[in-house]
Amino acid sequence: MALMETLADLVAARYGPVADAVRIPVREDADLAVVRHGIGGLAPRLGLSALQRVAITTAALELARNIVVHAGFGELLLGIVDAPSGGRGLLVVARDEGPGIRDLTLAMRDGYSSVGSLGLGLPGARRLMDVFEIESVVGRGTTVVCIKWIG
Amino acid sequence: MPTQTPILKQGDYLIVSLQDAVSDTDLAALWRTLVERVGQQRIRGVVIDVSALDVIDSFACRTLTQVAQALGLRGAEAIIVGIQPDVAFSMVQLGLSVRDVRTMLDPEEAVEYLDRVTRHGPHAGRA
Repeated sequence: MALMETLADLVAARYGPVADAVRIPVREDADLAVVRHGIGGLAPRLGLSALQRVAITTAALELARNIVVHAGFGELLLGIVDAPSGGRGLLVVARDEGPGIRDLTLAMRDGYSSVGSLGLGLPGARRLMDVFEIESVVGRGTTVVCIKWIG
Repeated sequence: MPTQTPILKQGDYLIVSLQDAVSDTDLAALWRTLVERVGQQRIRGVVIDVSALDVIDSFACRTLTQVAQALGLRGAEAIIVGIQPDVAFSMVQLGLSVRDVRTMLDPEEAVEYLDRVTRHGPHAGRA
């Protein structure tokens, strides 16, 4: 999807160049295993501690599940960000062309769910990651950009 | 490829060892099996060992608490054991809790507890 490349460019412009990018289509729960393996594959390259890997994987799975539940189809982009300051991070971008989020403030509140789930995915992902940006347009879709800085 | 989740029967208890990378659909089938077996075999306690899970997200957490509730309705106490340290930390950061479901360190601790509360087994009569 050309839009994903543009997205990587946007991230690169704001945080630093993205390397080792992996794109994972997300449609059903079987795809969540691919997300986990994708992070597992990048983890050694960054020297992630077990705790960091668990935190990132948990956040990524929450975002991927949101896509499955709310949008039906979307993508996760995983990669390694090299910040100009010298830091490195693991990037997780979740993007879909689903219904979008009408009230972002509400969606970012713990316990709010439009489908009877725990409502922790978005605020939880924000707590687990260091960088968390979300953009959503009703009727167009949602994009979430997260980075966990390592070291 | 369906993953076989080991279920061990120990006296009146079942010990279920969740394997890593169990799919949602396999889990749903497993829960149904457990809830049925409680009735078929008069199971008093179900120990759910999650030590092989390297991630517990909100879906997994909600599923575990719902299964514990369903088993409770059938007269069996469910105890979750083996939440790994990093997983516990991430769960807290995510904001998850398994409220109302007993958690313990390992299956041995859970069986000892179940013996005490169900007054069976070698620990019956001890405080």
